[in-house]
Amino acid sequence: MTMAEGELAISELHFVRDQHLPPLAPPARMTGAVGWIRENLLSTPVNIAMTVVVLLLTVWIVWGLLDFLILDAVWTGADREACLMSTQHREIGACWPFVWERLPYFTYGSYPIPERWRVDVFFALLAIGVGWMLWLQAPRRDLGALYFFVVLPILSYILLHGFAAIGLPVVDTVLWGGVLVTIVVATVGIVVSLPIGILLALGRRSRMPTVRFFATLFIEFVRGVPLITVLFMASVMLPLFVPQQFEPDKLLRALVGIAMFASAYMAEVVRAGLQAIPKGQYEGAMAVGLSYSPMMRLIVLPQALRITIPNIVNTYIGLFKDTTLVTIIGIFDLLHTIEVARIDPKWATPVTSATGYTVAAIFYLIFCYGMSRYARATEARLQKGAKR
Amino acid sequence: MSTAELSAVGKPARLSNPIAVDIVKMNKWYGDFHVLRDIDLRVKGGERIVICGPSGSGKSTMIRCINRLEEHQSGRIVVDGVELANDLKKIDEVRREVGMVFQHFNLFPHLTVLENCALAPIWVRKMPKKQAEEIALHYLTRVKIPNQANKYPGQLSGGQQQRVAIARALCMSPKIMLFDEPTSALDPEMVKEVLDTMVSLAKDGMTMLCVTHEMGFAREVADRIVFMDEGQIVEMNEPEQFFTNPQHQRTKLFLSQILR
Repeated sequence: MTMAEGELAISELHFVRDQHLPPLAPPARMTGAVGWIRENLLSTPVNIAMTVVVLLLTVWIVWGLLDFLILDAVWTGADREACLMSTQHREIGACWPFVWERLPYFTYGSYPIPERWRVDVFFALLAIGVGWMLWLQAPRRDLGALYFFVVLPILSYILLHGFAAIGLPVVDTVLWGGVLVTIVVATVGIVVSLPIGILLALGRRSRMPTVRFFATLFIEFVRGVPLITVLFMASVMLPLFVPQQFEPDKLLRALVGIAMFASAYMAEVVRAGLQAIPKGQYEGAMAVGLSYSPMMRLIVLPQALRITIPNIVNTYIGLFKDTTLVTIIGIFDLLHTIEVARIDPKWATPVTSATGYTVAAIFYLIFCYGMSRYARATEARLQKGAKR
Repeated sequence: MSTAELSAVGKPARLSNPIAVDIVKMNKWYGDFHVLRDIDLRVKGGERIVICGPSGSGKSTMIRCINRLEEHQSGRIVVDGVELANDLKKIDEVRREVGMVFQHFNLFPHLTVLENCALAPIWVRKMPKKQAEEIALHYLTRVKIPNQANKYPGQLSGGQQQRVAIARALCMSPKIMLFDEPTSALDPEMVKEVLDTMVSLAKDGMTMLCVTHEMGFAREVADRIVFMDEGQIVEMNEPEQFFTNPQHQRTKLFLSQILR
């Protein structure tokens, strides 16, 4: 019997497995460092070219930074003479003596020198609070929350602003500056914006039209106006309407402005998270008898916030950098103090500005990158906890 | 909790009325669309009702009206003596007494299986956490998955998830259980384990309303089968009569389609 082409033999049509196949280890090129490099960096000509270009770019940037920050940098000196090419007869990088000398100013602004320990204590108290909240295995985190959200704000106010009755002279906020102001403004914005943002987001999705209307009005109004305008209104317009003796403190006004602004953005971030929660979750919660508030608190918000962590942190990072805008209404945040110091004739050299801005860049980079890393770690932890 | 108490927990809670669910001339619209038309259905305590019909016939919508996941616009729905209207208190009262199982489980993915089950007893019944967890474990044992208690729903198979969903509903000691296509989203190999759980519930005398296409289940446990089409109840009968001697043209067509 002959078979036409394309037909299958009887033995190819029927099959019963008679031996079980055990799993084998993957081929060598999928494992090990060499395998990884070959697979990921050198897989195609385009990939090889990209790898080389990026490598060269990295070397160039790192070399330039090293040069400026360390190799050519000036480490000691009393004034601008130390950082001038004309007097030193060499390439001049960063002018670090300028930073050493002005570091207290960058940190405290014009806060009176004998009272600066109060700021240090505040930084320490804040660090304890932040550590307590962010370290998830920390003991008594409920106490930590109480400390962070109730005790710390009161203590900080007494410490920084002063309380004459217990012997702490009042320090007008006009004198506050530098890192102190940046940290205060950012912390208040970060801490206040999340709860208010959540309330606004829930309001915007409320079934009650009046609540929805006011939440929407607030969010859209604040989002529709640049932060600078909000700050201007808080600092210039508000005093026009309020009698002078009731006029709130300038820093306080800026704080309220920034907190409002951040809350509106946070509300939209949270709303996006709420919208991503399937209807079935609400129905599951309602079907077991949960009413609105426990349903939101126990079922919807935990899930919504979890998926919005990257966006929440993104908003926080934006907010942290936006604090520099308070400069505009004459508040001396870190960037503003650097701005003032760099034009001081005592240190005026071609590299002073670059050095000052480098300090600012490092400061903001550390904080923003820190937030970003923490968020990534949290995401990873939650992913591991609740694989779906 | 003593063993006596636990076994009491095992039995369905007593209804305070002989009629578990009374639906009278109920109508519902989605916008202009008349989804439920003049629904009349009276379910006695302990009765097992299976509701079937083509998709879009309003079966799910009807049972979702019973715990007010959907609002009806006219007519009356009385659940164990409590009439459903806009009164939020009454709605909560009904939801506490009526358990529901969904097609897509609707478990809470951020909570463990045990937390899923203990949540409502703790927050709705205000039970101490320890006691709620005991009850949760009791029902998880009953649906045969006590050893999965500390896993997350996403780590379980579909059939296991649906059994957790049943346990979660049972933890509230409901007087009535609603099932909305509980096996439709499951792989074929997992349908049986869920149906077995439902059969054992039925044997305990639970009042049940099930929307399902599992005709074997309907034959085995249903006291009555309700057939719906285009928002109306078309035919209602005991299973034997329903399957062997359907009266309405639409019922005959439906049965000929699904029973081949």
